[in-house]
Amino acid sequence: MEALRDRLRKSHLARVFLVLFPFALIPLFDKNAYHMDLLATVGIYAILAMGLNVVVGFAGLLNLGYAAFFALGAYAYALLNIHTGCPFWLGLPAAGLVSMAFGLLIGMPSIRVRGDYLAITTLGFGEIVRIAFNNLDAWTGGPNGLLGIDRPTFFGYKFSINATPYVYLTLALVALVAWVLFRLSDSKIGRALVAIREDELAAGCMGVPALRVKLTAFGLSSFIAGMAGAVFASKQTIVSPDSFDFVLSVLILAMVVLGGLGNIWGAALGALVLGILPELLRGFASYRMLLFGVIMILMMIFRPQGILGGQLIRRELGKRKKHAEEEGVDADS
Amino acid sequence: MELFLQQLLNGLTIGMVYALIALGYTMVYGVIQLINFAHGEVFMVGAYLTLSAILAFSGFPFWAALPAAFAVSALGSALLGAAIERTAYKPLRGSPKLTALITSIGVSFFLQNAVMLIYGSKEQSVPDIVPPVRFDVGTFSLSLVQIVIFAVATGLMIFLTWFVKNTKTGKAMRAVAENAEAAELMGISPNRVIRQTFVLGSTLAAVGGGLFAIYYGSINFHDGYLAGIKAFTAAVFGGIGSIPGAMLGGILLGVFESLGAGYVSSEWKDVFAFVLLAAVLIFKPSGLLGENLPDKV
Amino acid sequence: MPILDVRSVSKRFGGVVALKAMSLTVGEGEIVGLIGPNGAGKTSFFNCVTGLVSIDSGEILFREGERRLDGLSPNKILECGVARTFQNLRIFRNMTVLENVAIGFHTRTRSGFLDAVLRTRRYHVEERMILARSLELLHFIGLSGAGNEIAANLPYGGQKRLEIARALACEPKLLLLDEPVAGMNPTEKEEIAVLVRKIREKGTAILLIEHDMKVVMPLSDRVVVMDEGERIAEGSPESVRCNARVIEAYLGVADA
Repeated sequence: MEALRDRLRKSHLARVFLVLFPFALIPLFDKNAYHMDLLATVGIYAILAMGLNVVVGFAGLLNLGYAAFFALGAYAYALLNIHTGCPFWLGLPAAGLVSMAFGLLIGMPSIRVRGDYLAITTLGFGEIVRIAFNNLDAWTGGPNGLLGIDRPTFFGYKFSINATPYVYLTLALVALVAWVLFRLSDSKIGRALVAIREDELAAGCMGVPALRVKLTAFGLSSFIAGMAGAVFASKQTIVSPDSFDFVLSVLILAMVVLGGLGNIWGAALGALVLGILPELLRGFASYRMLLFGVIMILMMIFRPQGILGGQLIRRELGKRKKHAEEEGVDADS
Repeated sequence: MELFLQQLLNGLTIGMVYALIALGYTMVYGVIQLINFAHGEVFMVGAYLTLSAILAFSGFPFWAALPAAFAVSALGSALLGAAIERTAYKPLRGSPKLTALITSIGVSFFLQNAVMLIYGSKEQSVPDIVPPVRFDVGTFSLSLVQIVIFAVATGLMIFLTWFVKNTKTGKAMRAVAENAEAAELMGISPNRVIRQTFVLGSTLAAVGGGLFAIYYGSINFHDGYLAGIKAFTAAVFGGIGSIPGAMLGGILLGVFESLGAGYVSSEWKDVFAFVLLAAVLIFKPSGLLGENLPDKV
Repeated sequence: MPILDVRSVSKRFGGVVALKAMSLTVGEGEIVGLIGPNGAGKTSFFNCVTGLVSIDSGEILFREGERRLDGLSPNKILECGVARTFQNLRIFRNMTVLENVAIGFHTRTRSGFLDAVLRTRRYHVEERMILARSLELLHFIGLSGAGNEIAANLPYGGQKRLEIARALACEPKLLLLDEPVAGMNPTEKEEIAVLVRKIREKGTAILLIEHDMKVVMPLSDRVVVMDEGERIAEGSPESVRCNARVIEAYLGVADA
């Protein structure tokens, strides 16, 4: 029993489950369709924010074109589905792979570039993708986009306009992504990422292949965005270039910053706050962007580490090693 | 040949505007190594202020109203630039670059939306304050507006070159850009110089905005974003931190963009700037006239 | 059998000549002291050997010419077996002591992304190994019990030791120590000297930059003296001490 309790205490899976389970209960009590839709959207934002956090928070690379990877995933699933009837569950990883491929392609030259330049380069790529989608009418439907995308089918149950199943879908993905990221941060790669952020030069002299590690982070974050894109496409059943602009990239960045750079739950929390906030301020809809701007400025000046604080990874590591040392147990699941 | 010359001329015109904006980016980057994301919005505010001023001075002849409008816009933008520096960037002076960059994005957003709320989200048309006179020179034609733009932009660029070379403030700016610590030891106040740089850059951008407004005849709160990116591209292309570089970069970008739009496709016009940007940053970050800034070991 | 063979390496930084046809060898299991006045180019030399700086001409051969180090990136050079410490301390300040040392094992383990996510056998085995070996190293270096301290909170002497432990975690064949005892008191200096000898006993060759003659001379098998980017003397500690050119280069430095 003791051993089990210990295992649970250190288990990433258990922790993820505990944090997210309450959200799974919400649809049982709240039947409001609009609320469910909002929750599902927040879920998608959370996936995106956690993904962006990998590259901005973990690897310290400012990617200002994240919306493009979201778009690539969405369009990838849309095209696969429309032209080959590819089902959602196959399209989901496929979309992730497509985005990841582009991420690696764009990442390879970009990552070598100095920090602030990298930001602008990624911004440029983001715009290039959006404009390309807008102009390549034959492939992407141009400004009108693509219609008639299939919704997922889960063991016979076909998703419909009802948002509740999407809430569970996004929740499951949030759990999966969080779990993967927790495991990753508590590993060789996780440590390497922290070391690179601390002192890239010294890390290199200790054998850490900084470029390769950063590229891995870039690829992973793109994959995550791609998956989010597929979910989005399957929920909206329509994709058009307007949904994937620079404003969205900045919005996701604001979520990560708000929650705490480098903090896995922080990103999700940021998504929750910035996803719900505009709805709470319905009357002030037009002030939404203004507010985002102000939040970013204030956060950076007064609390750059975000709500939950950054560097969750480091504390994690300290705890685990300590347990292991004291108890001679190396447990996790 | 006709098309070429005409496009060249149009390119030079917009290039001059890009150059004016690019100067602000390059000067600020020179002194505090920050990509001032909000600079594009200062340009946009300049355009809107010019519009308001033109409307306010609508009774007067254009050769009086236009300079007055520019002056008002320049003043307003200069104040705005100084305010931004003071409230958003100064508190972050010692922080990591990432932080300051994120803040500048926040400022940019704030300004864009503030203007949208004040002026509305629709395109605003600018009255034809400059008489729509055209001069036909051989195979191409030149409008009076274009001549005004050439004159004003060139004049400002010459002024700036003289200013940076000969005045005490200008020399102080160059000193801080080279080595802020040493400059401080020489008695120069980096804070004051930085503020002056922002003011100067904002003024140039504001005039650029005014010229943009009278050239295109209509403005939109989103113009700052696009023009800002292009001007930044120009600054990097010419060599970030280099003033002649920014001028050269701006003009070249305008010309290439215009020729591209004329000969290739106007839909992809904007992509051209982004591709150039990515290419320069990846392959030749020091640009045409800049120095290679090695990372300190 | 030299483990490190640096042949006629030159490097300029703009107008400044940092290294002028600098040559040096380190034999297997040797402790070689590298001394010289400030600005002689000792740290630049280290930077060239470890790939932080590219050389203009010359060759850097490792393990009897088995590998050429010049032109390789720092992490590749580390993989070959050359680790270093830094004159100005470059520990990972916000990571714990254990985490700092653990980084050293990066190239000694094979776990990748999938191993981390799927928690494969390899992941568990390697993480256990890293933990055990890191603790051993901390014990060796005299930092037992400090495993969970944040590196920035260690006293200066502890931080210097940590850097050595981190470098040792890389299992180097050659260890480059850049002023390992700078700023320490005599007792600590003696402790470090003892450590350096132990490191050599375990089979690692050492090239060490140090200003304190009381430490370098007794420790080194051989001493190489640099001045203005080139080697001006080499030999046993005694012979170098009496060398006129060396004394002249140091003019005014009293230590003997």
